[in-house]
Amino acid sequence: MKNKDIILQTIAKVVFFIIILFSIHIFFEGHYRPGGGFVGGLVTAGGLVLLLLAYDLKTVKKLMPINFRILIGIGLAVALLTASAAMLFDVPFFTHAFDYFDLPLLGETSLHSAALFDLGVYLVVVGTTMTIIQTIGESE
Amino acid sequence: MTETVKIIVVVFLLIGAFFSLVAALGVVRLPDVYTRNHAASKSATLGVMVILIGTFIYFYAAGHSNTRLLLALVFIFLTSPVGGHLINRAAYYSGVKLWDKSIRDDLKGKVKIRNFEK
Repeated sequence: MKNKDIILQTIAKVVFFIIILFSIHIFFEGHYRPGGGFVGGLVTAGGLVLLLLAYDLKTVKKLMPINFRILIGIGLAVALLTASAAMLFDVPFFTHAFDYFDLPLLGETSLHSAALFDLGVYLVVVGTTMTIIQTIGESE
Repeated sequence: MTETVKIIVVVFLLIGAFFSLVAALGVVRLPDVYTRNHAASKSATLGVMVILIGTFIYFYAAGHSNTRLLLALVFIFLTSPVGGHLINRAAYYSGVKLWDKSIRDDLKGKVKIRNFEK
């Protein structure tokens, strides 16, 4: 990029962390309130696109050496494994379960296996969005 | 919720709506891109922030401490002026003329202007 804008780059650095924290917050509260894997993934991709706008494609690739196409595969695998893990317990495909656990620091928390499926959705959404945008950005 | 809280919330919401209206009037009335952007990015930012403060107080008095409103407050305060700056910069670099009666242009001749007009 020829015209480097120091104001945009500084603000992008600060705002990126707010966006990522908010996307994680949206992801985790999806079970009880509006949010979930899809919106959380889109917001994360939005934060990454902000970095792409403020910096270079090469700089962002150096900062985050993730191949987003592999991320799609990992997400699909996570979703499929969570769905098929139910069959190990002699219940139909896609049966979810939850229980209450005493975690250190967090206290009594209900953990649900649907959150793992949501994690798969999250990874697929981030991977797909970033693949589309990077592919379009690279072509000249 | 007590009457005092209600009055405070109403004052905040009215001030915010007033500043948003002033921003809209400024965008319609002012002569060139730079002054219009000045009105829009400053006054609208303050208007939205004051409305968010009023909303936060309303829900806080009702017993919900909604931190997302505070986060949105900080976020708008950080990003809206930068958005205005970028729009103005893009306008200047692509050769948008200043208002005829402006008297000072410090950037003149110091940056390369690509002229897309004509």
